[in-house]
Amino acid sequence: MTDPKATVSLTIDGRRVHVPAGTSIHKACEAANIDTPTLCWAENLTPVNVCRVCVVEVEGSRALVPSCARAVEEDMIVETDSERVRHSRKMVLEFLGSGVDLSQADELAEWVDHYGADLDRYDQPGLPAQRMNEKPKIQDDLYIRDYDKCVLCYKCVEACGDDAQHTYAIAVSGRGFDARISTEFDVTLPDSACVYCGNCIGVCPTGAIQFKTEFDMREAGEWRPEDQSVTTTVCSFCGVGCNLELHTQDDRIVKVTSPTDHSVTQGHLCIKGRFGWTYVQPPKRR
Amino acid sequence: MFGAGGGTSSYREIEEAEVVLLWGSNARDAHPIFFHHLLKGLDNGARMYAVDPRRSSSAKFADVWLGLEVGSDIALANAVGREIIAAGLHDRDFIERSSTGFENYRAHVDPYTLEEAERLTGVPAHAIGEMAHAYASAETAQILWTLGITEHHNAVENVLSLCNLALLTGHVGKWGSGLVPLRGQNNVQGGGDMGALPNKFPGFQDIDDPEAQAKFQSAYGVPLNDMPGLHLTLMFEAMGQGTIKGLYVIGENPADSEADVERARKLLKGLDLLVVQDIFMTRTAEMADVVLPASVGWAECEGTVTSSERRVQRVRAAVPPPGECRHDHEILGELARRLGVNWGDPSPQDLWDELRSLSPMHAGMSYERLEEAGGLQWPCLDLEHPGSPFLHGWLYEEDLGGRQPAPFSITNYEGPKEQLTEEFPLRLTTGRALDSYNTGVQSNAFSSPIRYGDEIDMNPDDANRLGIGDGERVLVSSPRGSVEMGVRIQADLPQGLTFTTFHFPELVDTNMLTNDEWDPRSGTAEFKAASVRIEKIAGAGFDADG
Amino acid sequence: MADLFIGPDYADGVEIAAVTAAIGDDPAVVHETERLVIGGGARRHERRHLLLPALHALQRAKGWISPGGLNHVSELLQVPPAEAYGVASFYEMFRLDEPESDGAVTHVCVDAACQITANEDLIAEIEAAGGRVHRSPCLGQCERAPARFVQGVGGPDHVPADEVVVERKIPQQGDSALRLLKNIGLVDPTSLASYRQHGGYTALERAIELGSEGVCDAVVESGLSGRGGAAFPTGQKWRAVAAERDRPKHVVANCDESEPGTFKDRVLMENDPFAIIEALTVAGFATGAENGWIYIRGEYPLATDRLRHAIDQCRGAGLLGADAAGTGHAFDIEIRRGAGAYICGEETALFASLEGFRGEPRSKPPFPTTHGLFGEPTAINNPETLINALDVVLHGAAEYRSRGTEQSPGTKLLCVSGQIGRPGVYEVEFGTTLGQVIDLAGGITGSRNLAAVLMGGAAGTFVGPEALDMPLTLEDTRKRGTTLGSGVVMPFTDEIDMTAICVRISEFFRNESCGQCVPCRVGTVRQNETLVQIQRTRGLTAQRRDLMGDVGQVMADASICGLGHTAASAINSALALGLIREAV
Repeated sequence: MTDPKATVSLTIDGRRVHVPAGTSIHKACEAANIDTPTLCWAENLTPVNVCRVCVVEVEGSRALVPSCARAVEEDMIVETDSERVRHSRKMVLEFLGSGVDLSQADELAEWVDHYGADLDRYDQPGLPAQRMNEKPKIQDDLYIRDYDKCVLCYKCVEACGDDAQHTYAIAVSGRGFDARISTEFDVTLPDSACVYCGNCIGVCPTGAIQFKTEFDMREAGEWRPEDQSVTTTVCSFCGVGCNLELHTQDDRIVKVTSPTDHSVTQGHLCIKGRFGWTYVQPPKRR
Repeated sequence: MFGAGGGTSSYREIEEAEVVLLWGSNARDAHPIFFHHLLKGLDNGARMYAVDPRRSSSAKFADVWLGLEVGSDIALANAVGREIIAAGLHDRDFIERSSTGFENYRAHVDPYTLEEAERLTGVPAHAIGEMAHAYASAETAQILWTLGITEHHNAVENVLSLCNLALLTGHVGKWGSGLVPLRGQNNVQGGGDMGALPNKFPGFQDIDDPEAQAKFQSAYGVPLNDMPGLHLTLMFEAMGQGTIKGLYVIGENPADSEADVERARKLLKGLDLLVVQDIFMTRTAEMADVVLPASVGWAECEGTVTSSERRVQRVRAAVPPPGECRHDHEILGELARRLGVNWGDPSPQDLWDELRSLSPMHAGMSYERLEEAGGLQWPCLDLEHPGSPFLHGWLYEEDLGGRQPAPFSITNYEGPKEQLTEEFPLRLTTGRALDSYNTGVQSNAFSSPIRYGDEIDMNPDDANRLGIGDGERVLVSSPRGSVEMGVRIQADLPQGLTFTTFHFPELVDTNMLTNDEWDPRSGTAEFKAASVRIEKIAGAGFDADG
Repeated sequence: MADLFIGPDYADGVEIAAVTAAIGDDPAVVHETERLVIGGGARRHERRHLLLPALHALQRAKGWISPGGLNHVSELLQVPPAEAYGVASFYEMFRLDEPESDGAVTHVCVDAACQITANEDLIAEIEAAGGRVHRSPCLGQCERAPARFVQGVGGPDHVPADEVVVERKIPQQGDSALRLLKNIGLVDPTSLASYRQHGGYTALERAIELGSEGVCDAVVESGLSGRGGAAFPTGQKWRAVAAERDRPKHVVANCDESEPGTFKDRVLMENDPFAIIEALTVAGFATGAENGWIYIRGEYPLATDRLRHAIDQCRGAGLLGADAAGTGHAFDIEIRRGAGAYICGEETALFASLEGFRGEPRSKPPFPTTHGLFGEPTAINNPETLINALDVVLHGAAEYRSRGTEQSPGTKLLCVSGQIGRPGVYEVEFGTTLGQVIDLAGGITGSRNLAAVLMGGAAGTFVGPEALDMPLTLEDTRKRGTTLGSGVVMPFTDEIDMTAICVRISEFFRNESCGQCVPCRVGTVRQNETLVQIQRTRGLTAQRRDLMGDVGQVMADASICGLGHTAASAINSALALGLIREAV
């Protein structure tokens, strides 16, 4: 066990950084004001370090190291902007962009520019690069799943399973490029264990799992993030005290999330918290 | 028993407890995000015992499910207490220092042997013994409960029988151990804290305490009534006796939610004046002489609510109320003005600051601090006070912080008021579904793919005996009335027990069946234990395709 | 742990009986009475590792895993159906859709050693006769290419070649210098008595004399390093596990031999199974582990049977059990069959697979010696390494070091196949040159000149004819930018279309990537696509060369595990040697 009070000193990009023992390299970079791209990492989930977009170079390590999952060590020497690091980050972004629809992965767009990733260079005349090639699954009134946007970051699986909900309605199935997020035998969500907590949606970084309200508004061209505001309040459906972030547009609630850093929810809600707002507005109340 | 009414522990503590007794609570469905904390505890290796007549979705996570007979909780609790003492696992130092009445308690629970408990509860003796040993031997242990404990005619006794166990083992007043009643609405805790109790001022100050009275009279500038008021159930009694003739209902739907709802409706109809302030035209509002359209507290109003871990948090207005709807405090202020009193035009924050000046346990909770800290747990005595993750630490202080030791309570097993008879041979108990809420006026507004409506759950053998198949329509009758329902056969349900929710009064008036026998101390009706008869509806054939 | 939701499909009697026969009927949730149910996370956790055997039972019973069968297993083990499906769909040997016809499926290898034989004719022949064929990655029978494996339905799996009686077991039969292969052809692999007659179990006796520390010391001094490819010092591994206290510990034999071109462990397991059991017992004794596991690839039915039989005999003789062989130490061994996944040869993926999860590797650190199987300290070795350890214990480190070189002591098993006179497993001293090995194995066949030798398998590299003088040691191969890897030596003459070989290697990695990390999941696809483009357009353009360089680099730099790290190495070496030509 590491002593929680101990401090570790390391060097990141030539700068000396002091952080508590057990801190991840990613968090140490944050402390040193160094931005790191992340995709599969989230504050409220256990790192799975599968996307590899946050890799850094650590002296003495043959391969690059996922900064989200590796704890700092005394006198570690970390490079976050070496040629190898830039190359790997660029390639990971190119790989994702060449096979997946990243149009709603807002956070990645900046990094694609930053590293100069060329998402189109894998297509050859007559020999197109393989893509996810999935159609949206619309199976109920609450969710849609558009796996053409799925980067297989495992976040939804974690939120549905070990890290929050423990429902395990979805898991990774298949292998390699054919791996997909799926229910058993790909049964529809209403026929699966899903309890519609929406925690998968809460953590999805690319819009591959979406609230149907948002999907419908986007389809209709009515989704305007720039005109939306977020108000934090408390859910009324039981006495636990879950914080809700009500996303509103034109004085209507359009989506509900929860702050990932709040002690009660850690960003996770139940079906009533996610969808119980419906009655607040017409047609239920006029 | 220990003073102010509130869960003693923080959710975080559940994550670190070694043993958890989930007693009469289906938190997985009714308090899903609290259950996440419990799941963390289980992932950390906690051992969980679920005490519930039903193997609910929560109980399915348990290491041991003890499926006691409805209403036999006290027999089980007393047997656990007896076994702990018999095995010498009680905390002698804690009992000596922090409690009174142990010898009486010991003598009182002595007849509740494990074998006797097995006879009364139906749960095998060895499992009761195991739970007793696990609870008493753990470094940290929690007892969590909900309406399975409190919706009985002897609710307070049920609660006290559990408190006895914590007192016996020292599992209260320290980090990781505690007693937590989970609240059903976002401000049940806050309502009580604010004095919405017949005998309390805000902050659990007694109305007959002259000092408190003086303080509130001077703050409010008017003399205050020192007679305790009536709780909901007594109000209906008084309506029956004709001593209450007018009723002002704010945000409650008794015409659907009261036990023996037929009787409740009759009484509401008999009133001279019924005023309803609500966000919907509920069934109660439809009966009203005056309806005051209100705003949605958590989405259209500013203010605070208090959770099951005593955390006071801000609610905020995200959208404007529709039409003529107004905020509750404005409606009340306006009403006062029409009655000739001018309360001015205070903001929610002004009202909160007034409360802070009168309720010491809230004194340190400025809006600013609530914002910064993501809520604070009472008591929070001044602006430097960090709030209180757990209560009753004084029980572990040598001088008890100058307080009186906590008394053991004498609790007797009685069983449900309504015994099973030949005419009504099945037990009906009720509970919440994951995607629904109370009488459904709010939750039925969204289209839930996992919603099932008006089914009654039955044991397969019972159904077989009555020749009833899964999905078949049946008539369910109690001594108070009859309703038609669909049957869902549940292999896990013990024989003789049936279960339903109460979220769809338009489809099924479940509360036509429930018993309004109530606890004189808490005013809660015995929703959890009615006796019923189930009959096939003539002509309704069994649909083999289900 | 979940509040399981099980769908409406039910298993039939055949499926239920098959599962019960495989894993018993002690469910994770016990309904003791109508009012008492025992369940909980600990019980589920303890049973999860039975998932893979249960899935095997379903597959064999019906030729596929039906929704009802999956539900039955999910309920029994309390594994959420979506997870169980995720696990089942990970493996090549499991089908999740109902086959159109009954009967066994013949797996025919399409990897390098078989690719250059008439394997396509064989496939056509089987299909013409109405048989079902699955085009399979390397089946570990390269010395008898084209390789076949028959997956049974309602009956056992088998390998047709196993039914052919072959007089000469190994090419070096009777060579008195053999250390690792000495028992083969001499000891009856089905008889413990025969094994003991030929000196079996004297190494364990010696180990008890030495004490567990003494054994670790001897293995450290011997300089023995792992023979799976990574060449980690075995003694260090054992010492690290031995140093762990107060937790359950494990020793695992990694018998998931799946590197294309590799079959040495199969030969050991089939012909000298008792030696592996004895060696694993020694490892358990040395490390203080009570639990031994054998994880063997699903396509090795004979080896599985032989090991199972050997374990039963040893248990019956008290060599395994509460006081294993009088060590005063409890030790027993369980066998788990893989189900067709190259990645499960990676040690952390193997643990995940054995535990009942998808065979996805974990990041290291932490290493298996502290966080291995079930998160507990684990020493994992392959059969060749284990047999070496027996030799060390029996004859001492000094004697062991008398063979091989200073940095590569001992002997090495080589899997020689491809265009070679006498394909098979060869044992040579470290330091023997590549040319000597090829001569020993009968020289190259075909009418043309040697073009390249694939060293170390698909994860290895090609070397050209100029490397024939290379001494086969860890240090020399490293110096020359190649690897011994798992001991693959596969020569090709210039009549072979090496671009086609490289396309297949890239397809192999594309199919075998677990899909967890982006560099490997997408990189193996892009590499394969680019090679196909080169093949189809006959165009090795500078742009494609750059692209393959970029893809290879990110896979090597940023993948989670060795599969991704090495997925481009053979291709890179082929490019460097000019084996992939601009115009083919």
